[in-house]
Amino acid sequence: TDTTPITIETSLPFTAHLCDPPSRSVESSSQELLTFYRTMALMRRMEIAADSLYKAKLIRGFCHLYDGQEAVAIGMEAAITKKDAIITAYRDHCLFLGRGGSLHEVFSELMGRQDGCSKGKGGSMHFYKKESSFYGGHGIVGAQVPLGVGIAFAQKYSKDEAVTFTMYGDGAANQGQLFEALNIAALWDLPAILVCENNHYGMGTAEWRAAKSPSYYKRGDYVPGLKVDGMDAFAVKQACKFAKDHALEKGPIILEMDTYRYHGHSMSDPGSTYRTRDEISGVRQERDPIERIKKLVLSHDIATEKELKDMEKEIRKEVDDAIAKAKDCPMPEPSELFTNVYVKGYGTESFGPDRKEVKAALP
Amino acid sequence: KEMTVRDALNSAIDEEMSADPKVFVMGEEVGQYQGAYKITKGLLEKYGPERVYDTPITEAGFTGIGVGAAYAGLKPVVEFMTFNFSMQAIDHIINSAAKSNYMSAGQINVPIVFRGPNGAAAGVGAQHSQCYAAWYASVPGLKVLTPYSAEDARGLLKAAIRDPDPVVFLENELLYGESFPISEEALDSSFCLPIGKAKIEREGKDVTITTFSKMVGFALKAAEKLAEEGISAEVINLRSIRPLDRATINASVRKTSRLVTVEEGFPQHGVCAEICASVVEESFSYLDAPVERIAGADVPMPYAANLERLALPQVEDIVRAAKRACYRSK
Repeated sequence: TDTTPITIETSLPFTAHLCDPPSRSVESSSQELLTFYRTMALMRRMEIAADSLYKAKLIRGFCHLYDGQEAVAIGMEAAITKKDAIITAYRDHCLFLGRGGSLHEVFSELMGRQDGCSKGKGGSMHFYKKESSFYGGHGIVGAQVPLGVGIAFAQKYSKDEAVTFTMYGDGAANQGQLFEALNIAALWDLPAILVCENNHYGMGTAEWRAAKSPSYYKRGDYVPGLKVDGMDAFAVKQACKFAKDHALEKGPIILEMDTYRYHGHSMSDPGSTYRTRDEISGVRQERDPIERIKKLVLSHDIATEKELKDMEKEIRKEVDDAIAKAKDCPMPEPSELFTNVYVKGYGTESFGPDRKEVKAALP
Repeated sequence: KEMTVRDALNSAIDEEMSADPKVFVMGEEVGQYQGAYKITKGLLEKYGPERVYDTPITEAGFTGIGVGAAYAGLKPVVEFMTFNFSMQAIDHIINSAAKSNYMSAGQINVPIVFRGPNGAAAGVGAQHSQCYAAWYASVPGLKVLTPYSAEDARGLLKAAIRDPDPVVFLENELLYGESFPISEEALDSSFCLPIGKAKIEREGKDVTITTFSKMVGFALKAAEKLAEEGISAEVINLRSIRPLDRATINASVRKTSRLVTVEEGFPQHGVCAEICASVVEESFSYLDAPVERIAGADVPMPYAANLERLALPQVEDIVRAAKRACYRSK
């Protein structure tokens, strides 16, 4: 594994709206290819393991899995730094991992343990890592878009020379507040990049049943946009690099990532009533983001089939070990119920269900 | 020395902007227009368009942007032209601002102030005349402040801007032009009032009257009338609805044994109802009379002047209730 440059062509050309598309030739290296492969395989394994933990009733409530969409998280990280911010909706496990979060924090949070990235108080939808500019993890569809534009506002206000990637799905793409925030981002030239992860279904509603125009990269009207093959990590990387340069110089831009989720919307959705099994297996066979990287690794003689198999085994063990460790991690202390309500609680009394029995002075 | 509530609010924002470059102002008409109610007058000239932002009329969008900016460490002061319009953005106030510090176990705090006129003005009808104190005060994670006087306005707004948590700051349009005596201490740029502490505006021994915002003035007038009839009323200006100063309220009720709660908002599930519950829970055996509740009528605000007057608490309502509590009514 070395850093000798390799040039890789994107699978498809970019389709641009109000801008000249970037080149299809993407700079990479053997090292990057292997890292892409390993990280995506780790993300996939982590999500499959979360599925099992959910079915074993060790994860409660909502759980939205990212398998199929890994190339978006991986390609985006490859183009940016930790000074650049990311904010997303509830499908947030892999973006957290991409920002440097650990498997132990992920599984602990999913199982409501005290080592979780939100100490067990957030759950699947509320992962954060502020030290590397990951702002969550939001449960209200579309609300993260103005929030992300606000982070971009702070970056410009503080002259940080950084940008914010604010992620949303094709379902949220129709939310009114998205257009309100985009208008302000464009008026004030904010370094905001709206990333529409178009996985083609908002829950069970196909994009064409929810959007009069499903060309999400063009939905910004006066804001430039780019349609990207979101199953191709190198296309994503190229688009995000292009978008970052654009945003710092000219203001907001929309990236529509054409992607696909293999799982249903959440754990209660088998994902098969509104789409055919053939459609899902077709995407797996023809567009799978990990298979694409695997082919590149093999064709460039960077690793052998056996070496990749060994890597997968290693990943499997890494995930299993993290789960075992998280299972051993205790639940939060009962006293944590009353922490973090405020930064400054002034010692105000707060109450449990029976206020004569349980009360606390807020720290 | 006297000062209007408008000047008190304006000077508080001005001083905090001057003290901390992270403080900025955004909202509809806050800049070139000088504020729909002139609270932000002169700030654009003094601090420039990089600190004072005129927004489009899109509350959900700009409120979300304000909250996002606070996530990233800025200290936005977001003006709602009136709190009625905050309903367009309530999701960001509750779900994005109030809950983030908790959900992130303290990683993402939200130092933001949402401010503007709240409650009934005069003759503006149902959609522009609602009090949101009870709405916002029901949510853990928010702090809700309700100034009455110029001193309150200065001290509480400065405290709100310096606070690391989200604060809903409910002003009253009809108080903006009112002048109040103000001390040298309250005019000092370091002046700040504690959040979560009520103020006893007038001491008394026969009956406690709790209220906030414009109704404090009404309660003080009622107390004067009651004094003429030999009833000594203690008037508590709540100042902070969340945290609620239960200790001060209960200590007063334990002293007077009688309570009249007053608010302009709707009666059901209101601030009065919460205070009543707190007193029943903590000081039941001290009560010598049923708790009295004076609130806005349980109807949408009508336009006609006579009906509007009937829909809002008046001084005579407070006097009557206090006398009832003291068994002095006919």
